[in-house]
Amino acid sequence: MFFRKTSRAIGVHPRQNKSTQGMAFVRVDGFSRLTIPLNLQVGPGCSALVKKGDEVKVGQRIGEPLGHWSVPAHSSVSGTVTEVKKDILSSGDVADLIVIQSDGKQTLDESIKPPVVNDKESFLAAIRNAGLVGLGGAAFPTHVKLDPPEGKVIDTLVINGAECEPRITADDQLMRDRADRVVAGINLVCHYLDIPRCVIGIEDNKPEAIAAMQKAVDATGSEHKAAISVVTLKTLYPTGAEKVLIRYLTDRIVPENGLPADVGVVVLNVGTVAFIADIIDTGMPLIRKFVTIDGSAMAKSGNYDLPIGAPIEDIIEKVGGTKVPVGKIVMGGPMMGVSIDDTLHPVLKHTNSLLVANEKDATIPKESNCIHCGRCSKHCPMQLMPTDLDMAARRENVEELREYHVMNCIECGCCTFVCPAKRYLVQNIRIGKNLWRQAKKKEAK
Amino acid sequence: MYLNVSASPHVRDSITTRRLMGDVVIALIPALIVSYFIFGWRAVMLTAVTVAASVIFEWLSQLVMKRDQTIGDLSAVVTGVLLAFCLPPELPIWMAIFGAFVAIVVVKHMFGGLGANIANPAIVGRIVLAVSFAGEMNNFGILGRFLGEGQADLVATATPLANPDNVKYLDLFLGRHAGTIGEVSALALLVGFAYLLFRGVIDAWIPVTYVGVTALFVWILGKDPLLHILGGGLLLGAIFMATDYVTSPTTTKGKIIFGVGAGLLTGLFRLFAASPEGVSYAILLMNIMNPHIERWTRNKTIGGVDYVA
Repeated sequence: MFFRKTSRAIGVHPRQNKSTQGMAFVRVDGFSRLTIPLNLQVGPGCSALVKKGDEVKVGQRIGEPLGHWSVPAHSSVSGTVTEVKKDILSSGDVADLIVIQSDGKQTLDESIKPPVVNDKESFLAAIRNAGLVGLGGAAFPTHVKLDPPEGKVIDTLVINGAECEPRITADDQLMRDRADRVVAGINLVCHYLDIPRCVIGIEDNKPEAIAAMQKAVDATGSEHKAAISVVTLKTLYPTGAEKVLIRYLTDRIVPENGLPADVGVVVLNVGTVAFIADIIDTGMPLIRKFVTIDGSAMAKSGNYDLPIGAPIEDIIEKVGGTKVPVGKIVMGGPMMGVSIDDTLHPVLKHTNSLLVANEKDATIPKESNCIHCGRCSKHCPMQLMPTDLDMAARRENVEELREYHVMNCIECGCCTFVCPAKRYLVQNIRIGKNLWRQAKKKEAK
Repeated sequence: MYLNVSASPHVRDSITTRRLMGDVVIALIPALIVSYFIFGWRAVMLTAVTVAASVIFEWLSQLVMKRDQTIGDLSAVVTGVLLAFCLPPELPIWMAIFGAFVAIVVVKHMFGGLGANIANPAIVGRIVLAVSFAGEMNNFGILGRFLGEGQADLVATATPLANPDNVKYLDLFLGRHAGTIGEVSALALLVGFAYLLFRGVIDAWIPVTYVGVTALFVWILGKDPLLHILGGGLLLGAIFMATDYVTSPTTTKGKIIFGVGAGLLTGLFRLFAASPEGVSYAILLMNIMNPHIERWTRNKTIGGVDYVA
């Protein structure tokens, strides 16, 4: 009421627990058996280019995309394909998986060379060929994001270095180590997409990363294709959520069911944009990922550089193992990550953290009656009424879900976090979103 | 390896229903201590009786209705203390137990238990008692030594609102006057209010608008606003009963409407109705309005697009 509505900061303060802050990336290799999924959350996925018994090399393309929304899959090791099978992924989706037995030699594929890029089309093709998806967590294909629909003019590139999730420090470390690559990537994107302005948003709990980014921006000032500014954000979860970040940095509001392109913005994670610079320089596809490994059950926590497809079980063992029995493993941050059901699941392109919790931290609180305290709606960054959505979803009332704008929920989990009655609000809102989607499908028929 | 699987978020804030209710109980303790000095042991005993009765009725209700036992969440304790606080100290014990029965069994559990009741249980308990046993519920007293007669017995006297002559504001503020167990000391209630604000249990919108509007209303009509703030159950009602989560709005806008409405009604009842008190009726009426206020004052989601079929 007394503030500018758009830039008012709303959210929660979970305990930061960033004990891995400042730890350099340790490269971990020597996995004998890797599993590479042929599709991710977005898009129809890939068809396998290899079959059982084939030899593959590092960086070799092993999956051919089935549609515009998919990106190719690449092998992260050299070795032999032992199996091509369908299995359940950590996200719960069923996907084709290619299982590769490593030969330990890490022979590089000969076809890897810097791509020839001279215009927007070849730039986007190079990004797509490298298999790049959003590395922040949503795995949205980058070439689709950078190619806004006809008629939408992008005037601002937002770089997401907020890393608002507790515990994760991979982006922080990446900005410290590779600030120059981030700026190089920004320059490439701004050049080929003709974007005049770039804003880098970083939370104030990462002063070293802010300093490093500012230094990198200043150092190459004369070569910039766009006006780049580094903006310090207040530490508050979920500042790094796409719609929220756009609101804080540009004062623009992305409409419900809309995309950032609707308000002239493209958002890229710092990791994604740094990787774009690498692709253009080397042509190396996305086969490795910077991951924070932490949690109350780990003997040692830290930041690691892991090959995509490495099984979580082996990773945990290689980085020091667990000190107490494991109760839960979360892929991603504690607020939005996915808890997995099997330690054989592989590291994916959008995995930014592995949290291994002990049995005490893994207990799921019991739900009790809602006491209408209003904390959920007070802390909702989208200013929804989570209790209403929750009740509508429990009653499977699609009309009400629509009226209460269920699709505007970003599933950040603030409501569930603050609930004194420990109600499973986001969980039910997700169910509500699915009900909405089903109803829409039925209508379309 | 056995792994727990659950939907995110995987961390939760330490806040629980039990902690919130516990904070309310702590905030009520100063008023209870003052009541001992003003009314003697009977006030404390009556409070203990209503608390015990409330908890037992809650346990029995949940047993009979085959619901999960939640007496540990302390909400019945809060109801018990609040009910006792709006009873006169000399009330017969069985009447207090009957009040607890109405509050917990009829108002709370027959409507669905914690969070589902449409009105504040303690308020309705008090109103039922006031209507059923008008004589006993208006038999106020104060320990004789506060009246300067040296004796320790409870002496029947009128409340400041019923007999507004010769009152001293300092006496009203500290609690040296007749009234119900919890309402007499404005100081003790304000200490509790400060504690609730400090702990973030409630925010100040409802109490401030409620008290402010009542004072403004009686002042405009030529009565003494300070007497009306300190003299009756207004502070107890505004701080502890109108702010009950279940029966008050969740949004700031809603809270302001609720406070203003309750303030106007209290002023009306106090100046124009037969009884000198009006707080409980005002809060009850606003409790009933609450679902409508909630609907009028829903948050507008940021970037929401209305669905067009």
